[in-house]
Amino acid sequence: MHTLASVALIAVSGLGVAVFPRSILVFMLFQSTLVFVYLARINDVLRWGLLAVALVVMMPTIGTYNGYYLEVATQVGIFAALALGLNIVVGLAGLLDLGYVAFFAVGAYSWAIFGSPHGNVLFGTSAFPLPAAWFYPFLAFGLALAAATGVLLGLPVLRLRGDYLAIVTLGFGEVIRVLANNLDKPINVTNGPKGITPISRPPLPPEMSYSVGFYFLVLLIVLVVVLVNRRLEDSHIGRAWEAIREDQLAAQAMGVPLVRAKLLAFACGASFAGVMGVVFAAKQIFINPESFTFLESIGVLAMVILGGMGSIPGAIIGATVVTVLNLQVLKGLSLWLNELKNAGVSVLGYNLANLPTQLEPAKYERMIFGIILVLMMIFRPQGIFPARRRQRELGE
Amino acid sequence: MSGLFEARGITKHFGGLTAVHDVTFGVDRGIASIIGPNGAGKTTLFNVFTGLYQPDAGAITFRGQPLVGLRPDQITALGICRTFQNIRLFANMTAAENVLVGMHARIRVGMWDVLGRGPRFREAEHALWRRAAETLDRVGLRAKANEVARNLPYGEQRRLELARALASEPALLLLDEPTAGMTQGEAVTLMALLRRLVAELDLVILLIEHNMRVVMEVSDHVAVLDHGEKIAEGPPREVQSNPRVVEAYLGRRPVARARE
Repeated sequence: MHTLASVALIAVSGLGVAVFPRSILVFMLFQSTLVFVYLARINDVLRWGLLAVALVVMMPTIGTYNGYYLEVATQVGIFAALALGLNIVVGLAGLLDLGYVAFFAVGAYSWAIFGSPHGNVLFGTSAFPLPAAWFYPFLAFGLALAAATGVLLGLPVLRLRGDYLAIVTLGFGEVIRVLANNLDKPINVTNGPKGITPISRPPLPPEMSYSVGFYFLVLLIVLVVVLVNRRLEDSHIGRAWEAIREDQLAAQAMGVPLVRAKLLAFACGASFAGVMGVVFAAKQIFINPESFTFLESIGVLAMVILGGMGSIPGAIIGATVVTVLNLQVLKGLSLWLNELKNAGVSVLGYNLANLPTQLEPAKYERMIFGIILVLMMIFRPQGIFPARRRQRELGE
Repeated sequence: MSGLFEARGITKHFGGLTAVHDVTFGVDRGIASIIGPNGAGKTTLFNVFTGLYQPDAGAITFRGQPLVGLRPDQITALGICRTFQNIRLFANMTAAENVLVGMHARIRVGMWDVLGRGPRFREAEHALWRRAAETLDRVGLRAKANEVARNLPYGEQRRLELARALASEPALLLLDEPTAGMTQGEAVTLMALLRRLVAELDLVILLIEHNMRVVMEVSDHVAVLDHGEKIAEGPPREVQSNPRVVEAYLGRRPVARARE
């Protein structure tokens, strides 16, 4: 039953997107189908096979009908990796980090500086931008740099707990943003609020369109991130993190070296953000400090909490829901209401065209997002896919 | 009184309050107990022993190695582990996972093994789970391995905490009021278990206990604290009849009838 439904739903919703490439609802049906398949009671081989087909074959095909969907999928991937990184810090180790986007910025600026002509301004040479192929080593460099930043931030602040840690990390996030904003004098490192552009994009196989190639690149990185996350979580390292979250003092008394374990959590979380920062810089071609505001940190945190703290599928679904909500649902809603307004439609005898500008639909976006978050926290505080305890047969 | 564990002249102040004053204490074998009225400084002493507090004066050695200045996790790695007066399990983790965290100090695989998942890692992880099963078996909780700790009944939580401490393969186990909240029958069963552990695992146990009957039956050696000072020490029978001990527990008079 589930098997049939899964296959049918994937096929129908995929076809649907091809037939109605402009309908957001149909695309969302396709997305929910993936969740259905993930949850359906079917053979695991079939489940992962279907998901693989959907992500590797159907999604790029959909992209040829409506390129924007591919853009959405790529963004979802970027935010999923960010959410997975923050999930380690907040969800597993229980360290509330409100400045997570700082590590994202570190990664992004590392490639932005070296992968654009701006490097010449900084170093007084003409060697920049580096050849586009350097993007790939820079994934590793961005990772290492962000991890090092994570450790640097961690060393002084990890003695703090809970609220205090949250405030310090919030400050750190702001420090990085303000640095990016002001480091154009005396030495022009970041080019200040004007930002850096053009940033080189990585060379991708020429057989496919560039956006499809980029989608695959992000998909690949997300897969690696998920794999690393899973392996860490299901090991003594992950268990130590969870023990710290549950009872820091008891964890230490049981032999968990607190500072080291926390630094490792910070470094791991930061490194994912660093990698994605490099990808983000290359994808946008242009970055400036505006991309790394406090709201971005909160957005990623909302993904982790919405999805379910400490849960890998949760972080992914959280990233998907929040991104799709922001990019498609709320935007779509605003557009639709605006259309009604412009067409002079009246509701209950009230002509929408008379709506004061203060009540313009475009301004509801954030409010609706906020309401959804509040409702979610009231009715399902554990998140969409809460972490499940691993059951295991003992001692075969 | 020398050998495995020795504390000399331990003093610990909190602001103007002297919680522990110049306590010298050692254990070498079997089961030793620290008793004393509420607020006598027993738990403070435990916290000093396990590195949660740094003493203001005094020295501690374990197998001849100085402990003062080490972190709790380093002390655990050396072979001292403890339980807590008010249970401090990892509430949202399963019983097996709690025990696995207890093994943390004994794990020899690193970050790269974890990420690579080579045969080395899989073998180590397999051995860990097997040992977790054994440890849970010891305290009679094997059937509850996959239960989340929070959902276990009180007595089982106490035993799980014991199993978690045992998992670190300690040579010296410190138990802070292990029978608190138990009926007399449960307490007696637990003491029998402790006796068995001492015999089977070559373990030395140091107890803090309120339950006098239990202490006197199970201990080889008893020290009595009152107002942060050690007022008596010796075999249970001797300590029991020490007038200062009786006074500490029951007040100054009438001395003649005072017996727990």
